[in-house]
Amino acid sequence: MHEIFLDELKKLNTQFMEMGVFVNDQIDQATRAFVDHDKKTAQSMVDNEEKIPTESIDIQKKALKLMALQQPVATDFRVVISILKATTDLERIGENAMSIALETIRVKGNPRIPEVEEIISNMTHNVRHMLIQILTAYVQDDEKMAREVASRDGVIDHDYVRARKLIVDGIEDDPSRAVASSSYFVVTRLLERIGDHIVNLASWVVYKTTGELEELTNPSETKTI
Amino acid sequence: MTTIISAKDVHLSYGNYEALHGVNLNFQEKELTALIGPSGCGKSTFLRCLNRMNDDIENIKITGEIKFEGQNIYSSKMDLVKLRKEVGMVFQQPTPFPFSVYDNVAYGLKIAGVKDKDLIDQRVEESLKQAAIWKETKDNLKRNAQAFSGGQQQRICIARALAVRPKVVLLDEPTSALDPISSSEIEETLMELKHQYTFIMVTHNLQQAGRISDQTAFLMNGDLIEAGPTEEMFIAPEKQITSDYLNGRFG
Ligand SMILES: Nc1ncnc2c1ncn2[C@@H]1O[C@H](COP(=O)(O)OP(=O)(O)O)[C@@H](O)[C@H]1O
Ligand SMILES: [Mg+2]
Repeated sequence: MHEIFLDELKKLNTQFMEMGVFVNDQIDQATRAFVDHDKKTAQSMVDNEEKIPTESIDIQKKALKLMALQQPVATDFRVVISILKATTDLERIGENAMSIALETIRVKGNPRIPEVEEIISNMTHNVRHMLIQILTAYVQDDEKMAREVASRDGVIDHDYVRARKLIVDGIEDDPSRAVASSSYFVVTRLLERIGDHIVNLASWVVYKTTGELEELTNPSETKTI
Repeated sequence: MTTIISAKDVHLSYGNYEALHGVNLNFQEKELTALIGPSGCGKSTFLRCLNRMNDDIENIKITGEIKFEGQNIYSSKMDLVKLRKEVGMVFQQPTPFPFSVYDNVAYGLKIAGVKDKDLIDQRVEESLKQAAIWKETKDNLKRNAQAFSGGQQQRICIARALAVRPKVVLLDEPTSALDPISSSEIEETLMELKHQYTFIMVTHNLQQAGRISDQTAFLMNGDLIEAGPTEEMFIAPEKQITSDYLNGRFG
């Protein structure tokens, strides 16, 4: 019987990883499309917007079935609970990437602020790296790595604050930029939210490995509107 | 929380075979402790040490210390009758005596020399109520206890154990011979009574341990592997082997 459980769990972990890698790719595509004003790519992402939620539901159904039929406890219980919760965070990250794609479609050819685009590409690079690392920490039960990844959310927050300031200054210099700037606001905000979900993922790794439920907020966390 | 029974470095051998290799475990008053572990790991052996039910076995050797309310129960000064009155026992197979429900429940009181008929009547009723079997028996107190269903017989046995007002009740797989409905009724009864009594229960039903116990102790091959609050044991035990056992990886 436990053979079945371990087997199912392995499949579930694989599916979770695949979903994670796909979500990570979506972040890349979405921000790239945004910066390049590539509405076609953005549109094709939106056309496939059901993929991540469908995958998420599928993983959750399987996890719930494991809970009900195998009634795992202790370590096994934590593994299944954390996959349930982590899947939801991954799904949220996917939604955020999708919103970036939608913003790309919405935005008109406006004057641009290269410095902000630089920050967006920087934030994208960082969250994607963090996401891959947190997925690795997840499969390797690496609590230390999870905490380390979570602590790097401070860098994301810092970039976000920096971008906001640049955007506001840019509008003051040239009010005609206000429309384009609203998109910059939206996208940097979404990237910042992705960072927060990665921190949640980190806390599920901690729960999975130790049984401790902690909120892994970083000390430099900037509360934003 | 008050410790009511404490076991320190308990070793027990049947002849040359050592079945317990130094068990240390405390039991808190008015808590339900579940003793779990694979068959033959020594759960019953340990449980029976707690009211000296093992005493009569040939070639048995017990060392270490077991205290009940601070008193060493293996000391020569211990009054065995009093110990068994305060630390009662319920077995796996319902074991009502082949006489009436009333006489079954009154049995312990009569042994203890209680003669007051009113007191006995009152205790019989109270105990049957506590064991949640009063409704089914109140009009049949003269009926042979063995004529009841398995689940009902087990409740009558619980009532019999409670009649002498013990402080601790030891239960050795009290529901393993019962159907799921009777088992869950017994579980409910124990849940209600645990505010009044201390229960120490051997069970091989891990979900049952999770549902009703406050403390869980995991034994394996005569060793206490790990013990702690049930919630911790079922969510984050210290040892991987505990998790493996709880998840049915062996046993
Ligand atoms: N009266 C006895 N004489 C000799 N060996 C015994 C006796 N009772 C139990 N044992 C042995 O002691 C070990 C523990 O038994 P027991 O306490 O009944 O285990 P459990 O209740 O955990 O299934 C087993 O190996 C069993 O065979
Ligand atoms: Mg036994």
